[in-house]
Order: sequence, then structure tokens, then C-alpha cells
Amino acid sequence: MKKNWWKILSFLLLIYTIVAGFLFKVPRLPILNETIRNMYFHVCMWFAMMILYIISVVYSIKYLHKQDHKFDIYASTYAALGCLFGALGYITGTEWVSVTWVTDQGQSFVSVLKEPKLIGAAIALLIYGAYFVLRGSFTDIDKRSRVSAVYNIFAFAMLFPSIWIIPRLVGSLHPGAPGSDSGNPALDKNDMDMGMRAIFYPAVIGWTLLGVWIATLKIRMQLIIDKSLINDYKIK
Amino acid sequence: MIIKLNKLKVFFRFMMLFVCLSISNLAFANEEVGMADVMRSNGKIYIVVAVCLTILVGLFLYVFMIDRKISKIEKEQ
Repeated sequence: MKKNWWKILSFLLLIYTIVAGFLFKVPRLPILNETIRNMYFHVCMWFAMMILYIISVVYSIKYLHKQDHKFDIYASTYAALGCLFGALGYITGTEWVSVTWVTDQGQSFVSVLKEPKLIGAAIALLIYGAYFVLRGSFTDIDKRSRVSAVYNIFAFAMLFPSIWIIPRLVGSLHPGAPGSDSGNPALDKNDMDMGMRAIFYPAVIGWTLLGVWIATLKIRMQLIIDKSLINDYKIK
Repeated sequence: MIIKLNKLKVFFRFMMLFVCLSISNLAFANEEVGMADVMRSNGKIYIVVAVCLTILVGLFLYVFMIDRKISKIEKEQ
């Protein structure tokens, strides 16, 4: 049980996120209105995605260094969980868009489709999608691990221009773009007051820990499968 | 006399401007940002929180059960 304290922490933090996130006071902002509470859910998905991708790329580098098959499983699973959270972030984003960007002020779905932030995020997620296509196309386990580890580093590097840099250089409706007079897409001081931060950061930790928990489950399952495969081979 | 009338006119104009400005200020002050205040006042927001908590607890229970099952299999091996 001592090892599992962070799973309980994740559970408690997410309960706090939902209770405080729905009930505590938020700034009254035009257009956003009550949807500012999406900060605790939509933005946390991207934070969790980024952290899971970082863990994944660290294990990929570790694999290239030590050539241990275990690290390859770690890297691919964390990348998969990162993609899950990224997809959730994308879907929740489109839901949020439907009430904040598509308004009576001249915006329409056409302007939403041109969004550099959306296109960038889609590119980043598709690059990670190609990672799994690449993994699936190898029959040799060692070759698969090595090539996909190198590709994972490339995919991680591509995250930076596609979701961090380019959307900040060109005009965008998303917070953080030039012209929206905010420097940071998520942590703008005009939108988030101290009360919101006290919920937002625990929420980020809670969602990330949940992602890590699910990833460890998948890793343990894969290790059991691999072990039983080796045992079967030995028996034969 | 004419000068006095002009002064009155100017004074009147200023008064009108002042009244207009104060009215427009009031109008802006009254323009409130719509929030779900009704849901909070009649307590219905608590149902939303309860529903979300139920979903969260259910999901965590499911993940916890998978965790326990995998631990059991790990011990068997």
C-alpha cells in the first residue's frame, strides 16, 4: 500500500477538482461566462499529454542507451496514453469552441477550421499516430524498438513547432496568440485569478497521475504477456 | 442679455452631456456577465457535481479493480 499513495492522491485531487471546479467562484468574463471552468478539464488534458509525452521520450532515450526491451514497452505505452489525453483535449476543445468562438461577432465554423492552434495540434497528434503505424509495421522486435525510439524523439521534437511555437506566431482565436493580448495560452493572468490557480494546479497533477496509473497498468499487462510468451517458447 | 442666454445654453449643454454620460455609465454597470447563478441559488448545481463524482468514483473503482487483478496475476507468476 505504501507504494500506492500517489494513486489515492490522484483520486482525492480529482474529487477536489470536480467539487471545487464546479462550485468555487470564478471571474465573471464576457463570452466565456461559466465555461471558464473548462480550464480545470480541457487545459489539464494538454498538460497531462505533455507530461506523458516527456516521460515517453525519456524512456525512448533510455532504450537507445541501454537497449533494454522493458524501456521500449514503457515508451510506447506512455506515448499511447499521451495520445489518449491529447485526443480528449482536442474533443473537449471543439466542444468549448462551439460556444465561445462561434459567436455572433462574425466568427463562423470556417474561421474555426482555419485555426492554427487546431491544425498544429492535429499535426502533432497525427505524427504520434504515425509512431504506432511504424511500430506495427515491424516484425523484428529489436528493429521495431530501435527505429520507433528514434522516431519517438522526432515526434516529440515536432510537438514544439506545431503546438507551442507556430500558433503563437500567427493570428489565432485561441488564447496566447498575438493580438489576443495574452502571452500564455493557458495561464493568462487576465483570465485566471489566484482562486482558480489553487484548483488548476492540483487538477493538472490529478489528471496526470491518473494517466500514469493507467499507463503502469498497461505496462504491467504487457510485461506479463511477454513473460508468458517467453515461457511458452521455452516449453516448446 | 444675449450673453447670459448663451451662458445658459452652454450650461444646459454641459448638463445634458453629464446626464448622458452618467446614464451610459449606469447602463454599462448594469450589463452583467451571465453566469449560472440560478442553478446555484436553487441548488441544482449540486446534482451536476454529484453526477460527475459518481462517474469519477465508478471509473476509479474500475481502474482499481484492474490494478488488483494484475497484481494477483503478477504474484502467480
